[in-house]
Amino acid sequence: MAKMMYRDAVRNTIFQEMKRDDSVVVLGEDVVGGMGTPGGPEAIGGIWSTSTGLFGEFGADRVIDTPISESAIVGAAGGLALSGKRPIAELMFADFIGVSLDQIWNQIAKFRYMFGGKTKCPAIIRCIYGAGYNAAAQHSQSPHAILTGMPGLKVVMPSTPADVAGLLRQAIRDDDPVIFMEHKALYGVQGEVPDDPDFCIPFGHARLTRAGQDVTILATGMMVGMAESAADTLAENGIGCDVIDLRTTSPLDEEAILDSVEVTGRLVIVDEAPPRCSLATDLSALVAQKAFASLRAPIEMVTAPHTPIPFARELESAYLPNPDKIEAAVRKALAYN
Amino acid sequence: MQLSREDLLQAYRRMKTIRAFEELLHDEIQTGEIAGFTHLYCGQEAVAVGVCEHLSDDDKIVSTHRGHGHCLAKGCDVEGMMKEIWGSREGLCKGKGGSMHIADVDKGMLGANGIVGAGAPIAVGAAMAAKIDGPDANGKLKVAIAFSGDGACNQGTTFEAMNMAVVTKAPAIFVFENNHYSEHTGFEYAVGTQRDIASRAEAFGMRVWRADGTDFSAVHDTMSEVLEYVRAGNGPAAVEFDTERFYGHFEGDPQRYRAKGELDRIREERDCIKKFRESATEAKLLDGADLDQVDAEVAQAIEKAVVAARAAERPKAEDVLVDVYIDY
Ligand SMILES: Cc1ncc(C[n+]2csc(CCOP(=O)(O)OP(=O)(O)O)c2C)c(N)n1
Ligand SMILES: [Mg+2]
Repeated sequence: MAKMMYRDAVRNTIFQEMKRDDSVVVLGEDVVGGMGTPGGPEAIGGIWSTSTGLFGEFGADRVIDTPISESAIVGAAGGLALSGKRPIAELMFADFIGVSLDQIWNQIAKFRYMFGGKTKCPAIIRCIYGAGYNAAAQHSQSPHAILTGMPGLKVVMPSTPADVAGLLRQAIRDDDPVIFMEHKALYGVQGEVPDDPDFCIPFGHARLTRAGQDVTILATGMMVGMAESAADTLAENGIGCDVIDLRTTSPLDEEAILDSVEVTGRLVIVDEAPPRCSLATDLSALVAQKAFASLRAPIEMVTAPHTPIPFARELESAYLPNPDKIEAAVRKALAYN
Repeated sequence: MQLSREDLLQAYRRMKTIRAFEELLHDEIQTGEIAGFTHLYCGQEAVAVGVCEHLSDDDKIVSTHRGHGHCLAKGCDVEGMMKEIWGSREGLCKGKGGSMHIADVDKGMLGANGIVGAGAPIAVGAAMAAKIDGPDANGKLKVAIAFSGDGACNQGTTFEAMNMAVVTKAPAIFVFENNHYSEHTGFEYAVGTQRDIASRAEAFGMRVWRADGTDFSAVHDTMSEVLEYVRAGNGPAAVEFDTERFYGHFEGDPQRYRAKGELDRIREERDCIKKFRESATEAKLLDGADLDQVDAEVAQAIEKAVVAARAAERPKAEDVLVDVYIDY
């Protein structure tokens, strides 16, 4: 085990996989940094420091610094993937999915199906997402729901450095297109990461991070820590919660969710995104359909409101879920009988 | 075209206001009082002011992530902007937008923009509207201007917008502010034509101009010609201004991509405000005392705006739900 930050787990996993497999290439804005400047290549890497040192080790053919052109970045990842490479494209902010949407939605996600299963498209789109920086409406969003709803894509949302390492390695070795969503507010989080150079976490396997009999809480990304903190407070008051980190929203570990709800009969879903046509409503529908008989209370959702993300500190914190809101939802679910 | 004393003083006041506004933010950001991402416009003032001095509230501009200068030049209220950046409920956008989304549609300012390259198509739409509305009594069209950086000129949206403006003959003007860097990447790497954005615009079939963006009168004079051409209904045009940004891409950027001494050199040789002062006083158009007085007044206005921003009402949690729709 090695202790490292979430962001270093990203960088180290990419580094190791590029060493292992020549077909892995990286592309994105400032993934080298300093190109065409007096300071020269790598004078400063990208703003998230998740590609530091890659260029020096692997060179310009495999670490491709691109102009600001998200459509072309994602589209090129598609073309690379159809041509035998394993591209890892970076969208500096997940919000820029908007700029590149056609290439994700109409191209990469569908190639295999449209081509009758005759091809594979092992592209990874890394998206840096989430609120917490007061970065306002165009730099804070969590667009996992629209991506999860696109047949053909796998969607990964790690919440710890170990999960970053295991899931990113899995994504790189996976033959399908993967949206790899890194929460910007988790980059500084420290954790133990296994040393095993083949450490992979298979997709579709949720992680139980707290165990309890009373209420099930589902969360992803930054919401996991909030759910854990609510669960810890509740545990001090004799209320036990299962906290389930979904890890991947597509594929989805239905079994882990349904097994837990069968025991607790009460469900709180935490989602950083707005509530309509969301991950929260999707999970809610799943449980209502497949575990209806187990439910002992209406399903509670703690989500952002149906609004864009506001700038001011007070507004952003009112917008976001937090441990208090989660605790209140758990208590509400328990109070129902 | 020689400007009157009043016009020169007004241009100087505007440039100086931008400079003082940004320098204050640069200091305040270190204290942690200001939330979010802030991109400072310092160094490029002559472009925003040299362009916008020609415009009325009915002419539209669309700005970028580095938008404070364009907003101030287009007449957005200093205090309203400061309050917005402070995230106040009294801010120009009620604390919802912050630095990257300042807008004042009544002033013809259709928004700073967090999405690089998003502005140009919006400006084309505004220009189409101006074409529909037709010329004024003097036969002149209103115009819409898209400010874009050397980085933004690489977005497909910018290309599409340029072509669409040409084929629809929209009175749009693409103003490219080439400050040589897009974030940490050099212009010479990212723009394949190297040393030139204007020739790209030209290839789309529009007339182009180029000028030194650190020289106020060069910007202003160039824009006189450009505006005369576009207002007359000749279709779109593009202008590339060579300019400099004095601070990092965002606040906190260590700028290791710059050459040794580059910042000192551009501040010494390429400071548009210093150059304006020197040329206006040397030509005896303005004297130092006039300019010093403007400096003092601007400093006071900025100080007053900060005091007001600090004291302004904070937003309330329920404000989150307001203004998503007009009616729902
Ligand atoms: C679609 C999109 N891609 C990337 C970014 C991140 N980003 C913000 S500013 C910037 C550089 C822009 O460079 P330029 O257009 O030259 O403007 P300047 O910063 O020099 O004013 C980048 C890459 C963004 N905000 N939007
Ligand atoms: Mg630039």
